Amino acid sequence: MTEIKAIVLRAAGINCDMETEHALELACAQAQRTHINRIIEDKTLLDKYHIIVFPGGFSYGDDVAAGKILANQIRHHLYEPLRKFIDEGKLVLGICNGFQVLVKTGILPGNNSTDNQQEVTITNNDSGKFEDRWVYLAPQTDKCVFIESGRQIYLPVAHAEGKIVTKDDAALDELKSAGHVAFKYVDENGNEGAYPINPNGSMDSIAGLTDTTGRVLGLMPHPERFVRPTHHPHWSRLREKPANDGITIFNNAVKYIKENF
Amino acid sequence: MKKWRVEVFNRSGFSDVHGKSILEDINELGISSVQAVQSAKVFLIDADFDKNFAERVAHELLADPVCEEYYIGRSSAPAGLAKATLIEVHLKSGVTDPVAESVMTAIADMGVKADHVRTARKYVLLGEITQKQTDTIAKKILSNDCIEDCVIGNEAEPPSPHLKPYELQIVNWPICELNDDQLTALSKEKDLFLNLVEMQTIQKYYQQLGREPSDVELESIAQTWSEHCVHKTLKSSVDLSINGEHVHFDDLLKETVFKATKQLDKDWCISVFADNAGVIEFDKDSAICFKVETHNHPSALDPYGGAATGIGGVIRDPMGTGMGARPIANTDIFCFGEPDKKIDEIPKGVLHPRRIMKGVVAGVRDYGNRMGIPTVNGAIYFDDRYMANPLVYCGNIGIMDKDKCFKNPQSGNLIIMVGGRIGRDGIHGATFSSGQMTHEHETIFSHAVQIGNPIVEKKMLDVLLQANEAGLYEAITDCGAGGLSSAVGEMGEELGAEVDLGKSPLKYAGLNYTEIWISEAQERMVIAVKPENLEAITKIFDDENVESTVIGKFTDDKKLRLRYNGQQVAELDMEFLHNGVPKYSRKAVWKGRQLTEPNIPVKDNYNKELEQILSSYNVASKEWVIRQYDHEVQGGSVIKPLTGVNNDGPGDAAVIQPKFNSDKGLAISCGMNPLYGDIDPYWMALSGIDEAVRNLICVGGRVDRIALLDNYCWGDCTKPETLGPLVRASQACYDGAMAFKAPFISGKDSLNNEFACEDGTQISIPSTLLISAISIVNDINKCVTMDAKRASNLLFVVGETKNELGGSHYYKIKGHLGANVPTLDLGMAPKIAKKISAAIAEGLLVSCHDCSEGGLAVALAEMAFAGGLGIEADLRGLPRSEDCTRTDAQLFSESNSRYIVEIEPENFDAFAKMMLNLPFGQIGKVTQEKTLIIKAEDGNIIIESDIDSLKQAWQKPLAW
Repeated sequence: MTEIKAIVLRAAGINCDMETEHALELACAQAQRTHINRIIEDKTLLDKYHIIVFPGGFSYGDDVAAGKILANQIRHHLYEPLRKFIDEGKLVLGICNGFQVLVKTGILPGNNSTDNQQEVTITNNDSGKFEDRWVYLAPQTDKCVFIESGRQIYLPVAHAEGKIVTKDDAALDELKSAGHVAFKYVDENGNEGAYPINPNGSMDSIAGLTDTTGRVLGLMPHPERFVRPTHHPHWSRLREKPANDGITIFNNAVKYIKENF
Repeated sequence: MKKWRVEVFNRSGFSDVHGKSILEDINELGISSVQAVQSAKVFLIDADFDKNFAERVAHELLADPVCEEYYIGRSSAPAGLAKATLIEVHLKSGVTDPVAESVMTAIADMGVKADHVRTARKYVLLGEITQKQTDTIAKKILSNDCIEDCVIGNEAEPPSPHLKPYELQIVNWPICELNDDQLTALSKEKDLFLNLVEMQTIQKYYQQLGREPSDVELESIAQTWSEHCVHKTLKSSVDLSINGEHVHFDDLLKETVFKATKQLDKDWCISVFADNAGVIEFDKDSAICFKVETHNHPSALDPYGGAATGIGGVIRDPMGTGMGARPIANTDIFCFGEPDKKIDEIPKGVLHPRRIMKGVVAGVRDYGNRMGIPTVNGAIYFDDRYMANPLVYCGNIGIMDKDKCFKNPQSGNLIIMVGGRIGRDGIHGATFSSGQMTHEHETIFSHAVQIGNPIVEKKMLDVLLQANEAGLYEAITDCGAGGLSSAVGEMGEELGAEVDLGKSPLKYAGLNYTEIWISEAQERMVIAVKPENLEAITKIFDDENVESTVIGKFTDDKKLRLRYNGQQVAELDMEFLHNGVPKYSRKAVWKGRQLTEPNIPVKDNYNKELEQILSSYNVASKEWVIRQYDHEVQGGSVIKPLTGVNNDGPGDAAVIQPKFNSDKGLAISCGMNPLYGDIDPYWMALSGIDEAVRNLICVGGRVDRIALLDNYCWGDCTKPETLGPLVRASQACYDGAMAFKAPFISGKDSLNNEFACEDGTQISIPSTLLISAISIVNDINKCVTMDAKRASNLLFVVGETKNELGGSHYYKIKGHLGANVPTLDLGMAPKIAKKISAAIAEGLLVSCHDCSEGGLAVALAEMAFAGGLGIEADLRGLPRSEDCTRTDAQLFSESNSRYIVEIEPENFDAFAKMMLNLPFGQIGKVTQEKTLIIKAEDGNIIIESDIDSLKQAWQKPLAW
């Protein structure tokens, strides 16, 4: 049996690396937190891994804009190795700040990454401030390997810049028609709604994006923060232990690698 | 060198949230003539690249390609009908600019080295505004004088700083020949904050040496002897006159707070009152350390920066405890003036409480969140006496290996400074925070404000944990108040140290040796490293771009020697520096206050009072604040600060799971009630202890593993009538710790929280004692929360309700203080705590909530609306003292040691058996109807209100 190896990227200001590593281990992957400098020094390092996760945090303080400085660093030092990683059929997951990085490098949504014309971005919440709250997510695709289609999940968001916007309506239509929308914010009953159901004012309630291969996923909510029942925000009042919704994302990734490598 | 200016604006059609929030602030200030505010980011880049490359930097790096636009050069005001006013805000020279540092790195990633980068913010105000309004907006909203300069109109930005390199000039401050007046004058002139006795002691030392002190020697002594660093008041001998009787303490702290710890002598206390934080056992492999600090004076001047560096500083305490802990949780407790004050009610030199609150919350938020440490517990108190002296308590909890709880610096070890560089920020912080504030402090002490850069601290933490695991250093401590002076001085106290200040890495040129030595520039730690480990440890730091510098070594002659590029500038005996501070004796007076109970007519309905209390700032929901903190990062959250069916009820304490592979948890809480201190600080302190304990017990904390922290914030304790209450509170700390068998493990005091107004009047804060508490949770899966769980479950009150409305919120809304302050039955309180804790461990309770501010009625309302269920209660079931006959006292008395618990009907027998011999009674049951109904002893309904309107009353005041 293949040993599933995952690499969790570290860089200045990334701070969800330990719990992300833990979530991967719960999903039976062998996870390794690794500083970006080691990958820049040895670009073949990624070859050993099946999954790379860009965890949450405040890379470089989110200076200029969230994820921007790290995205710039990746574009200038690691773009090719990362592209190769994806082209080899491996998996990329960006959570919160990691998602912001993937969008700002152009890896997500990834339809026109080569000409550097970013048409989607993630910007300040409408509320103008950082907020930590739990949201329901409805999957919008059955082509993303991380996602169990049809299963609504419950996860926390914790960010100040999570609003997904496109350059214009055409770009939004393109996102939808090309199947890039991975998750939408909904209420408990699966309906879209205003704040706080949509916690940041994202266009069309979009919470996560996937690329055309379905092997790259970025999302603002934190799946690694719901991997045990006591993570649920009101587990103490539930009669049945809640299913750990966040772990499904990691389980699905590991399952895909098992089946394909 | 070319100078590029890039302005970044929001593209039209994309909302400018920053501009919008500025506009809201302007409207709040009462200025309605501004129609719109546009905000822009400005980058000033000195670099030798051409226009094409500048375009690339702007396009690829500085502006978002989707929602922003850039302009290279200075854009003029937008043409249009409305008048436009331009205001630019620039950081003062020398103030840390983290964004600029990141931009430098990013430009380097693009292949070019920029010489210098600065950032600024530009605002375009649209509307007919007067010059005076422009100035007000610039000063009160857009900028802070302490750290920023405003440029109004289309003028040139301030020039880039080009500081001249420093040339060594050794300065002596002669002292041997001075008379007493001259000594006092010297202390004042140099901002040493040393009193005459201390100056005389220093004079004698130098007379014996037969030479004059250098400036840096006096500064070192002043810092080491500052109230902030040695707590001379709490350690002084005190003569207390209490209602005419006389009590003497040789050492106040040792004979009260610390005495309890010593007598309790718990084997799970690993290191108490010794290191940067108190250390207790967590499990067989790990230890937990906890420290709470205040950062009051800096937060008064610069709420954002002051609070940010407050949390940044306290995080370094566990990082610098033993061989260094990994921070796992933050706490924060604030005291502000009431946020709805009119501008003309604010004394000169003081910021508006609302602005202070917003800034403080943002500062803690941005630093704590960026560090990736969950902020899990806190509280906010409002009282107008905090207007000029807001209190900002920041706490941090860390986890470490049990075998790494002690340092072992040895002579011959290298002294290495790790992390940030040294700048002029935060000079004289330790001494400044030990003195009184005045309306002129704003200008005089602006340099005492430190500016934080959390990412530098996070990077430093990452590498220090690796170095710790590899066992590459012998000791570690943080550069906190007093900077290198305090860090090296403390670590080398038993050894001796020599440091060459010329080797220290600086943010910019021009600092003299004294500034280098005492600067409180943030994000620095000092470690002691064996020479043979230097290479290995330096590699760990270099690998992740963290700067480290060997600045000296520890010696064995018990002397502190400072050099600047080889030339000696100071030589002090460690013994004199650390133990030379004269012992104080202080006088304290406590006279019981002559207070009376008000005469309030009894009513037959208390709906209005309940809603008013729920809406009072102290009781109201703090959700607006709590949500801005990441309370779940690190993945250890078990009981979150907000709880209940809609995740918005007021949790009693937080629980975290520090280790992924263990179901053991930590419960964290606090207790504080300054209002009771206005009646009697003794009962205030005991109430704070009981409240902190109750909160821990309510969520499932172990009763036999409670550790306490004390943080005193007081007025000027040289006044006997101010010190008296502090002594009273300390006596209560001893009694409370002994009663609960809960030792104090760490503490801190911030005295002199007074403000001298322009007209000479003094404003002192109320005597404020924060009790923080921590306990072990054996099994996190057994924790309970305060929200009502299911209809038809039974509700019991355990603990007696007494006629104790003094200092209550009920009296507060009626405009009274009262006299009957809540007392504490030292025998009964721990018994109840123990039984409740046992009932939770047995799984008998499905909810548990303590009665605190607002009493029984508020606690029942909170349980109901947090659970989205109704409650029917009947005061005939309330265990009460004989004299507690009035309905309003039964509803709103804030008596201690009371818990409301919810049990399933089938557990009644087991529960009742367990509570035998305790005052307890069935108060009611949970209902499906979303209504809170309370019946009086005569059977009449006195409260009937739907839970949604109660919740709204509770949520509205601070839903900003």
